[in-house]
Amino acid sequence: MARRGSVWTAAVRTPVGACSAVLLALVVVLSVLAPLLWGDGAAAIDTDAIGQGPSEAHPFGTDSLGRDLLLRTLVATRLSVGLAVLATVIGAGTGVVLGTLPSVLPRRVSRLLTAVVDIAVAFPGLLLALFLAVIFGVGTHGAVLAIGFAMAPAFARLVQTLSASVSGRDFVAAARIAGVGRARLLARHVLPNIGEPLVVNATISAGSALLAFAGLSFLGIGVQAPDYDWGRLLREGLDGIYVNPAAALGPAAAVVLAGLAFNLVGETVAAVVGVRTRVTRRGAPPLPAARPALGEQPADAVLVVDNLRVAFPGPDGWTVPVRGVSFSVRAGEAIGVVGESGSGKSLTALAVSRLVEAPGVVTADRLEFAGKPLAAASDRELGTALAMVFQDPMTSFNPARRVGGQLAEVSEQHHGLSRRQAFARAVDRLAAVRVPAAERRARQYPHEFSGGMRQRAMIGMGLMGRPKLIVADEPTTALDVTVQRQVLRLLARTREAEGAAILLISHDIAVVAQTCERMLVMYAGRIVEDLPTGSPAQHPYTRALLATTVDLDTDRDQPLEVIPGRPPEPDQVPGGCAFAARCPLASERCRAEDPVLEPAADGHRVACWHPQLTVLSGQSHEEGAA
Amino acid sequence: MSALEFDAVSVRYGRLTAVDGVSLTVPPGQVVGLVGESGSGKSTLARAAAGLAPVSAGRVLLDGVDVRRLPRRRPLQMVFQDPYSSLDPRMAVGESIAEAMPPGTSRTARRAEVARLLELVNLDPDRATALPGRLSGGQRQRVALARALAGQPKVLIADEITSALDVSVQGAVLNLVREVQRRLSLSMLFISHNLAVVRYVSDVVAVMYLGRIVEAGPAAQVLTDPKHPYTRDLLAAAPSARRNLLDSTGDDALADTEPADPHHPPSGCRYHPRCPIGPLVHPDRTVCVTADPAGDAADRSHSAACHFAAAHPTRRSA
Amino acid sequence: MTTAAAPARLRGGPWPAFAARRLTRFAVSLWALVTAAFLMIHLVPGDPVRAALGMTAPADLVRAKRLALGLDDPLWVQYGHYLRGLVTGDLGTSMASSQPVTQVIGDRLPATLQLAVLAFAVVVAVAIPVGVTFAVLTRGGRRRGSELAFTSVSVFFAAVPEFLVAVALVALLAVGLGWFPVAGGDDASAYVLPVAALATGPSAVLARIVRVELLSVLGADFVRTARAKRLPARLVYVRHALPNALTATLTLGGLMLTGMVAGTVLVENVFAWPGLGSTIVQSILQKDYPLVQGIVLVYGVGVLLVNLLVDVVLGLLDPRSAIREA
Repeated sequence: MARRGSVWTAAVRTPVGACSAVLLALVVVLSVLAPLLWGDGAAAIDTDAIGQGPSEAHPFGTDSLGRDLLLRTLVATRLSVGLAVLATVIGAGTGVVLGTLPSVLPRRVSRLLTAVVDIAVAFPGLLLALFLAVIFGVGTHGAVLAIGFAMAPAFARLVQTLSASVSGRDFVAAARIAGVGRARLLARHVLPNIGEPLVVNATISAGSALLAFAGLSFLGIGVQAPDYDWGRLLREGLDGIYVNPAAALGPAAAVVLAGLAFNLVGETVAAVVGVRTRVTRRGAPPLPAARPALGEQPADAVLVVDNLRVAFPGPDGWTVPVRGVSFSVRAGEAIGVVGESGSGKSLTALAVSRLVEAPGVVTADRLEFAGKPLAAASDRELGTALAMVFQDPMTSFNPARRVGGQLAEVSEQHHGLSRRQAFARAVDRLAAVRVPAAERRARQYPHEFSGGMRQRAMIGMGLMGRPKLIVADEPTTALDVTVQRQVLRLLARTREAEGAAILLISHDIAVVAQTCERMLVMYAGRIVEDLPTGSPAQHPYTRALLATTVDLDTDRDQPLEVIPGRPPEPDQVPGGCAFAARCPLASERCRAEDPVLEPAADGHRVACWHPQLTVLSGQSHEEGAA
Repeated sequence: MSALEFDAVSVRYGRLTAVDGVSLTVPPGQVVGLVGESGSGKSTLARAAAGLAPVSAGRVLLDGVDVRRLPRRRPLQMVFQDPYSSLDPRMAVGESIAEAMPPGTSRTARRAEVARLLELVNLDPDRATALPGRLSGGQRQRVALARALAGQPKVLIADEITSALDVSVQGAVLNLVREVQRRLSLSMLFISHNLAVVRYVSDVVAVMYLGRIVEAGPAAQVLTDPKHPYTRDLLAAAPSARRNLLDSTGDDALADTEPADPHHPPSGCRYHPRCPIGPLVHPDRTVCVTADPAGDAADRSHSAACHFAAAHPTRRSA
Repeated sequence: MTTAAAPARLRGGPWPAFAARRLTRFAVSLWALVTAAFLMIHLVPGDPVRAALGMTAPADLVRAKRLALGLDDPLWVQYGHYLRGLVTGDLGTSMASSQPVTQVIGDRLPATLQLAVLAFAVVVAVAIPVGVTFAVLTRGGRRRGSELAFTSVSVFFAAVPEFLVAVALVALLAVGLGWFPVAGGDDASAYVLPVAALATGPSAVLARIVRVELLSVLGADFVRTARAKRLPARLVYVRHALPNALTATLTLGGLMLTGMVAGTVLVENVFAWPGLGSTIVQSILQKDYPLVQGIVLVYGVGVLLVNLLVDVVLGLLDPRSAIREA
């Protein structure tokens, strides 16, 4: 748990964290000590100093009995904060009970309970508190109960939502199958997992309770004389505001500061428990190591990438998920990029499409699209000549706009077509990607499309222009196999019809082998091998990937090949070859020196000190095919 | 050894019938693989067996006893798809495993058993005190398997256990599951959308489409000599380096048919709007639209739910 | 299941069901509200009439008053009377002023409505542009300074309740500088301070919500798609990001709007505004239960109406929301 401790230290060092710590300490110290130190002074009546304005002796002035208002404000801390905390405890306690009961009670009762909470939660806390204050009666006790119970529905709702989301997770299902009973399920699995947001919320609610209490006392419904809290001091101050504004502003400031203390502490706790993460930036991204230039590229290259790096600022300096990637794509060529998750393949796709946003930083020795530097390409050119297909067709369309309109805006923007002409083109393109009843479909919203049809519409969007390159980032991962085949076929047909090159990113080596002429194998942010599909792999990683892939011809009587270990995290890439730790052939050299991607025979490039030129027995069919 | 039997099981959620009268037997000590697309109801069927989904008709039998009559702790355990959500992030993995053990085990016995199970799934027993957050996806899936084994199950349900994992990890988990199943003679229902994975693991393969099983039989037979056109379609669609994408299989008009909506299953044979040997291609085959082939499926080879199961020349679809 | 298409039948289909569900929910909530208001008087410990008239009141007077209020009838008879009264617009008679409750409410409601509507307009006019501006300026971790400034200022104002803002405004602008009247007054200047007091906190809250929602939408896949289409930044924001951020904002904003209904109570008390808020506090202190009952009902109905309105607007803006629950 040492890590937790350091997180807290770091949190207190942030401006918000420091402020909240100081304010909270102040509030706690005052509420403990102030009544002991100044209790008598605050109660001392001085008939010579009635209703005075600020002076040296009385910085906030005095009240109608000549009592010092600064002391009274300080002494009132205990009652104001104490009552607020008490109300919060009542509210949070009741709320947790109300919120968890439905998961234990019979269904019918719990439904009723949920319905009551649903109705109550729609009403603002202050109205509930006023209503309850009528029932519980005017005065301190009534106000504590009123504010406490008024907070309960919101808490109950929070507990319900949080526990519903936890209960829906598989570990609760697993515990149920294991025979764990309801009560233990609640105590051991649900409550611990919703504890942190509840604490955060309770802290912030204590701030609100403080303000609400001040409000009730201010209205005369809360604390009654001779007791006094900030709300009552404020009311008395407001009555004499023409004589002495400080009498009202003093307690007001106290309420605000204490309220802020609770709020900020809540925010800090939330930040520490990971509701949010902070990004810190330290200087410029590290300079790339010098690498041999890519050399002359074919004249018809649509995309030339030389020493591409993508870096993101992390809490401990820069992480570089893409560490010097070089390749080129010729006109009409289909290239696949394969690799495991975290290999940098998707970021490479975004970087060559100029879609990496700040705070990510993209650098490259050369990054050219259609013969020109990508950075200098116009939006019109990229919008019409570079098409993108993303992984999740559900979230990649704007849910609030009709599909046809989303296609049409490409032509409105880049071809200067009118809305009507652009829509007609959109319908035409939807038909071209085999969306049935394109005219009607174009007027529908994305959620009315199936996953495969959405992905086709996404390809259609790219065909609004004349794409020279289609970058498809895991375009079929979210789809069923039969639909996957449809989408891959569509990509292949589009490539034939339009002469577009394809850069296909996939974790599935079979998909790439089926679709592309060449594949780039990525590992830990580098290309380790660039090989024509069909020629035998030379890099041990590529060979291992091929060997582990299960297909319909895998020998059922043999155990599957495995790659021991796991890929390094992007911020912990070791020196030398990144694959050395998992590689059966690794030597001292591999651990010390980083191999460079160098041309081998016939269009093959490999970054390995021990490339395998022979076909291993038992892997022949994979190699022959890949 | 124990058999898991689904007897005309249906699961309804409101108006949606996720599983519609499925009968399937997992014989003792065997692995039954269940394949199908998303929305076919395969995971719902598994959850019904585990008591996580309401069985609205039919029965799930464990060794002939309705699971609803069994005590809360059933001799049936399950491993889930997402190892990031199937382990309590706030519970040490050893504790998660111990929780699934039968009650009445002493503390020392529990600790020893946790260590034994962790070793069984090729993890260092020292990992027992680690929180799941410190483990990789593959390691978590091993812990999930160990937890399932802690319940001393006779039947194990594996629901898409490798689909959240990278290929390099998938192999290790599959090897482990196979080894454990054989060593403990577990009956296993293995669910996956990946036909190749199902083929590798299973003795019997069942194919599910829109809440029904359309074909079931010994793995080698179903995959080499499929009787139902949907099985053939799945086999043809499995990505393979050896097959050209544009090799047209079936009619072009059918290539881009849409998956059906489970809320509104088609009449007659549920596959008919997509079927390459159905009324779209053979207009005279109106029986597909009017009659449900599920009724006399048991009489056909592989229990194929197809009126024309034998009408298509069988071939290896590679 | 989620990927399955559901064509044709969606057209026009879900709306009647959606409207029916919303109206049912409204009706049930309304019934709960009415019942709670009715029960309130019976939940008060002891005899409400005795409490209202004081210990010194003669016993006959108390008895007469109880009779007049029908408090001696069985509970369900009283409930029946109460419901019948509601339907005919009879909310009873104020115990303090002997005026019909409906008349008191009729006199006071317009002042409160004016205040609430003006403040709401100010909140929308201020918060949305400010929130959008800061979301755009600070997206992707840019301009940490601006972000810190925005966060601090908005946290501060969100934390300060309206009656404290009111007190501060009075002290500074009315007492200190003498620009505006402290209380009363009929001209436009009388509105400035109460509206400002009521609008400040909600503006800060809403601006924060707008910024957070917009930032989260800016990270969504479909915004990346819009950028991949190389649309000008203006279109990406106006056409793709903002509408989606606003639907999310509205859900949370609805809660804030109902909070403003409650906020009027305190602000009215600071400025002696002749609305329902000052009346309800007086009647609580005077234990004038029929009047409290009536005003609670009015506030409650206001809140329910706002919620209904938010739901309907959400349904109109977001094509999925109506269907999502179907």
